[in-house]
Amino acid sequence: MRVSLFITCYNDTLFPATGQAVVRLLERLGHTIDFPLEQTCCGQMHYNTGYQQEAMPLMRRFVEIFRDSEAVCIPSSSCVAMIRDHYPKMAAEQSDPGLARAVDELLPRVYEMTELLVHRFGLEDVGAYFPHRVTYHASCHSLRSLHLGDVPQRLLRKVRGIELVDLPNIDRCCGFGGTFSIKMGDVSAAMLAEKMKDVENTGAEVITAVDTSCLMHIFGGLHRQRAGVRMAHIAEILAPTETDEGAGA
Amino acid sequence: MTIRVGESASAPSFQKAALPLLEDAQLRKNVRHATDVIQRKRGVVVAETPDWQELRTAASAIKAHTMRHLDHYLTQFEKACTAAGGQVHWAADADDANRIIVGLVKRYGGNEVIKVKTMTSEEVGLNDASEREGIRPHETDLAEVIVQLGGDKSSHIVAPAVHKNRSQVRQIFRERMNLPDLSDDPEELTAAARRYLREKFLRVKIGVCGANFLVAETGSVCIVESEGNGRMCLTMPEALISIAGIEKTIPAFQDMEVFLQLLPRSATGERMNPYNSLWTGVRRGDGPQHFHVVLLDNGRTRILADPESRQTLHCIRCGACLNTCPVYRQTGGHAYGSSYSGPIGAIVTPQLLQMQHGQSLPFASSLCGACYDVCPVKINIPEVLIHLRGRVVREQKSALDPEALAMKTAAAIFASRARFEAAQRLGRIAQWPFQSNGWMRNLPGMLGNWTRVRDLRALPQQTFREWWKARAKAGNTAATRKNNHG
Repeated sequence: MRVSLFITCYNDTLFPATGQAVVRLLERLGHTIDFPLEQTCCGQMHYNTGYQQEAMPLMRRFVEIFRDSEAVCIPSSSCVAMIRDHYPKMAAEQSDPGLARAVDELLPRVYEMTELLVHRFGLEDVGAYFPHRVTYHASCHSLRSLHLGDVPQRLLRKVRGIELVDLPNIDRCCGFGGTFSIKMGDVSAAMLAEKMKDVENTGAEVITAVDTSCLMHIFGGLHRQRAGVRMAHIAEILAPTETDEGAGA
Repeated sequence: MTIRVGESASAPSFQKAALPLLEDAQLRKNVRHATDVIQRKRGVVVAETPDWQELRTAASAIKAHTMRHLDHYLTQFEKACTAAGGQVHWAADADDANRIIVGLVKRYGGNEVIKVKTMTSEEVGLNDASEREGIRPHETDLAEVIVQLGGDKSSHIVAPAVHKNRSQVRQIFRERMNLPDLSDDPEELTAAARRYLREKFLRVKIGVCGANFLVAETGSVCIVESEGNGRMCLTMPEALISIAGIEKTIPAFQDMEVFLQLLPRSATGERMNPYNSLWTGVRRGDGPQHFHVVLLDNGRTRILADPESRQTLHCIRCGACLNTCPVYRQTGGHAYGSSYSGPIGAIVTPQLLQMQHGQSLPFASSLCGACYDVCPVKINIPEVLIHLRGRVVREQKSALDPEALAMKTAAAIFASRARFEAAQRLGRIAQWPFQSNGWMRNLPGMLGNWTRVRDLRALPQQTFREWWKARAKAGNTAATRKNNHG
């Protein structure tokens, strides 16, 4: 299948390894990747911080770029949630029936990456190899907006060599919340402290999630404390195989 | 019109009020413990209710219908209540409500009242208003007694003293009830409270209460509670005054079937409340002989006028969203500067105050959605929070505000591929003074809030799109070479 990749602005700029892993994984599974270079941002930061007017052109931009895609793969549940939960309402407010229709038609083809693998491709075993002790953080949007349930864990459980440890209080927010982490820095830090304690108690070497944004926050705190836990987007765990050079390193 | 919600007009911003609370290890421990216990109990009784989601949907539909026809149901309630011997008063704002209630207390010749289950009286500041007129209010709900005697403020809409533990309660009782030898044994503490309260139940002739539900069809008022103190307060006085927000109305008696399954499970993790009091007007020779209902607007009709957020008025004040909220868990309720705390407080307070105060509250959420998940009437609190954030930005922020400028700049950057790619390149250069060994540990301005507790990886030398372009080029070169050789 020809899969269009919406990499998201922060993965593009800050975490290129996430996108590289998505490309490697999907190509390894026999798909062709299309990466429209005109893409920028879905508008989530603006929309959720109260700058809804500023998010409107970004919504139009996304729809224009991806309206003819066969499937759009997004390695970030919060960006998918932005698109799924808010674009229809935003489009309706524009009194532009063409736009509203385009959003309606596009939405069923927009997938969070693990959704694409499990729900669209019917895969759980993607042939990955990652010989490390890993704990999975379920982001709020993956749980309560996308209702992913254990879809990411089903993929992780099939990874060869992995030792998957449950993260206690998995449904509790890590305290990132986008601009919340800056505007309410002290409260966010208190939430982070609780999450870090849970992560450290698992004894995991690697913390993973379907959102690099939560990981940037959790790992940023762990790194400050020299906790010795590293972060990896789930694609970075699902991409490597046993035949890779320096597999799973 | 003086719309008031407790003292929230003069309350500090959420982030400021949270600071001392985050330092209070005992308070945070008390809040975590209590909310964990209630949530566990709630989890059990919700899981055993097979039609939980259908009940939520039904409750949401009943409330939406009632709000759409609130004018009709309120006048129906007034008619039915009056016919049963009650008297209905309409209060446009907090001062109105206080004036009516103080006037009634004076009319019945009282200088004290016993009170139970009324958040709304905290909203309008009834206790202060009564004291100014020489009327002493006595709280009788155990948690409210603790708060009142401790000179404290309630921090939870169902368990107002959730921030106190047993030994702190003992300290308050020792000092205020003059019981220097009181232990922190729960039975001894409740026995002390009982002695303190019984005397008041027997002596005070006027009661003030809230309302969980106003049944339009019958003119009945319902209050649910766990202690029985409410039952005393509702049945023993000669005169009873109930103050209720207009949104407490439900159309028919039959609708109680839905709400009395949802409310106790959500609020206290019980299948049914130990005491469910339901009364209609006045009954000769049985219970209070004078009954008044004060219907309070105090900003509610303004909320009703906003289709995006009128679901706020569906709230049945169960407190489940407080118990599950990861933000409330850290700070407790006092940070919200209002009688209404937690996620529901973050949307109720600023709206009642027409966004003139409490503008920080819609931002006191990570939008994690846990509140929406547990809400028994399916209020989409995150959606309303986002809507209110938009109102704060539109109505309050100057165009020169640093955040507004940053957001507008970011929007301009995201609007064009060329600008986005230029910004990515510029960021790599601009970060140079702030990074060392590939990490940033001390960023300036607002971003300093990030690096106070977290490191940030420096922008990498190659963005994803640069990698992609380089790869495509290399691929094309390889393909070209292959073609040439072929």
